[in-house]
Amino acid sequence: MAAAARLFIRGANSKLSIAPGSLGTTLLKLSPNCSSRTKTQRRHAAHFTFQPDPVPSQYGPTQKMNLFQSITSALDNTLASDPTAVIFGEDVAFGGVFRCTVGLRDKYGKDRVFNTPLCEQGIVGFGIGVAVAGATAIAEIQFADYIFPAFDQIVNEAAKYRYRSGNMFDCGNLTIRAPWGCVGHGSLYHSQSPEAFFAHCPGLKIVIPRSPIQAKGLLLSCIADKNPCIFFEPKILYRAAVEQVPEDPYTIPLSQAEILQEGSDVTLVAWGTQIHVLKEVASMAQEKLGVSCEVIDLQTILPWDIETVCKSVVKTGRLLISHEAPVTGGFASEISSTVQEECFLNLEAPISRVCGYDTPFPHIFEPFYIPDKWKCFEAIKKMINY
Amino acid sequence: MAAVSSMSKMYGLCFHAVRQTAGLKAYRLLQRRGFRVSVLQLQQTFDSSLEKPQFPGASAEFVDQLEFIQPNVISGIPVYRVMDRQGNIINPSQDPQLSKETVLNFYQKMTMLNTMDRILYESQRQGRISFYMTNYGEEGTHIGSAAALDPNDLVFGQYREAGVLMYRGFPLDHFMAQCYANADDLGKGRQMPVHYGCKDLNFVTISSPLATQIPQAAGSAYAVKRENTNRAVICYFGEGAASEGDAHAGFNFSATLECPLIFFCRNNGYAISTPTNEQYRGDGIAARGPGYGMLSIRVDGNDVFAVYNATKEARRRAVAENQPFLIEAMTYRIGHHSTSDDSSAYRSVDEVNYWDKQDHPISRLRHYMTARGWWSEDDERSWRKQSRKTVMEAFERAERRLKPNPELLFTDVYQEMIPSLNKQRESLWRHVQQYKEHYPLDLYEK
Repeated sequence: MAAAARLFIRGANSKLSIAPGSLGTTLLKLSPNCSSRTKTQRRHAAHFTFQPDPVPSQYGPTQKMNLFQSITSALDNTLASDPTAVIFGEDVAFGGVFRCTVGLRDKYGKDRVFNTPLCEQGIVGFGIGVAVAGATAIAEIQFADYIFPAFDQIVNEAAKYRYRSGNMFDCGNLTIRAPWGCVGHGSLYHSQSPEAFFAHCPGLKIVIPRSPIQAKGLLLSCIADKNPCIFFEPKILYRAAVEQVPEDPYTIPLSQAEILQEGSDVTLVAWGTQIHVLKEVASMAQEKLGVSCEVIDLQTILPWDIETVCKSVVKTGRLLISHEAPVTGGFASEISSTVQEECFLNLEAPISRVCGYDTPFPHIFEPFYIPDKWKCFEAIKKMINY
Repeated sequence: MAAVSSMSKMYGLCFHAVRQTAGLKAYRLLQRRGFRVSVLQLQQTFDSSLEKPQFPGASAEFVDQLEFIQPNVISGIPVYRVMDRQGNIINPSQDPQLSKETVLNFYQKMTMLNTMDRILYESQRQGRISFYMTNYGEEGTHIGSAAALDPNDLVFGQYREAGVLMYRGFPLDHFMAQCYANADDLGKGRQMPVHYGCKDLNFVTISSPLATQIPQAAGSAYAVKRENTNRAVICYFGEGAASEGDAHAGFNFSATLECPLIFFCRNNGYAISTPTNEQYRGDGIAARGPGYGMLSIRVDGNDVFAVYNATKEARRRAVAENQPFLIEAMTYRIGHHSTSDDSSAYRSVDEVNYWDKQDHPISRLRHYMTARGWWSEDDERSWRKQSRKTVMEAFERAERRLKPNPELLFTDVYQEMIPSLNKQRESLWRHVQQYKEHYPLDLYEK
């Protein structure tokens, strides 16, 4: 146990030392000549403020839950109502590295919530097989950054199973879940948003929630949906996002974008964490520029709700799309291309994409990399003054 | 991946351990730090006065001599067989003593497959179908294993297992329809020839990427285990596909998750032009099984009874004991890899002739039958004539049939039609209406 503690202290500031506490826990003791207030040590605050949605009244009693708890709730509902449902992946048995599956193995049994060997291509391939045999498969990939070994199984197999077999076989019962997006310190391999890679693959559905209420409803829709779905969970929201979430199961429809606030001058489109950035940007635009923004949460990346976005752009004439993923080939390019095809004459300004740069996701440079509210605000200014 | 778990431990522990240490029991704390905790290990006392290794990762003794384990490739895992190359039973206790009717059926299925292969290979040469893969020399692996299974057992294949489908009763018309991609194709004309599938016969549709079916088979076997209906799953692949990462994944998952699954490797000596000594350095595929904790056997794939016996026993135990079995069936690919291949570029005609003439599953079974007076020269002549006629009739029917309606280009992408795809469909139709003389509409159903 002390060895494990030493492992994560290795490489950290040598002024810190460990004092063993009771029950095998450890406490970090700062030595006297180390100030905790120096600029170099203080970590950057989050780039957004989570804005909870109002308490839903139409789904029955609610409970305060954060994002990972709302996921657990959805999985709990699923295991309770669907006896074929199984959840598997790396480390899901003890509750998962993000605690999304806490308690489920004890409640439903080790044949239904189980660890797999460390092999993403195996996790997804196995999941496809479970689904093909008619059972509900919920596969967890530990970080979206590690989904790539499974890319062949997802794109060449899962997405094409129904089409290539003439509808004799399908893996509609498969849902893949993965933590997604920037987290403040995740760097190259714990921050990625890979939705664009999969958006190019007909046959898949890709869904990204912005909050606990959305997450539970959308995840339950993915599980119920008769097509293979990838559900990306914004990891930075796992603890930070807290809402009153209905305890009973409910579904939020896929491929229906949600207009979070109506506006007349600019349409702002995003998904996941970035919605909270855009909501703040919308306030800033109203306050500082007198500009009225319509904020749309796309929710489903594939198939995406072209109609809602285009209808909004016809109204406002300006579109800003924002995502953390690199701008080139990012999903904003698909939205931009389709909108200019459908709404060309309605556009007052070029469509703006405020996205990550075309670099791998950096560690210490994250505050400069991310499409923060100031960059979005500036982009709106440019569009208004075009 | 060690970095991941320490990273996630950092993320997890910083939040969880610091904030919630008070309420945690030691047991749950152990779990969260990713220690493999089993009840046994919790109860194990760590006593260093005992000289046995205490490592969680392996159960073993200490040794004080430095010695590398030698992989045994000179005399590897032996090849189980029942008949010699002339079709004589070697050890009578191993003769499955199948009825005359059953054995005749084996023979007729193997030869029917052979006849269909000859005709469809030729039809590709004549430009009637776009592509074909023959099964020459491997008929024994298909029929022997298929016969040992239950009809309800789920089959995942690679692409050279048409005999399994044939044994299960897939009609010639359906084989032809898929190869011709005509309107009778169960797959709706979407895939290249030989990518068969049949839901009713529990044969999952073939896909071109190699070895992808291996972890899928493990998943289906797991689901089937939970159903408790005494079904097994079998997964076929070649020795080349066994090099893919998916094969390693499938073997490991099926063993750790205790799946009722038979892995059936057709080791036919070549992966297109790549011979086995460029595919692996170890003792074939069977030797990998023990590495995964799997029971494994190597059999003579050209001996239909050996294949039958091994598959039968593997199936019985896989279902009874919920564990995977690995069967490596040694055989030889007499034909080219496909119609896109000319194997004289990388192997000698003499080598091919040896297998065709001296060690062929069909000949060996025929000798077994003739020795028992179950099959005569006359039977052979009339069967050859009849099977060829049957295949030709199906062939001609398939040739005349129209292709499926082009609407089927757009369906089954999702379970439901989606608006954007519907728009694309409409756009194609408008285009085809305008430029109809440039599209072969007459060949397709309306």
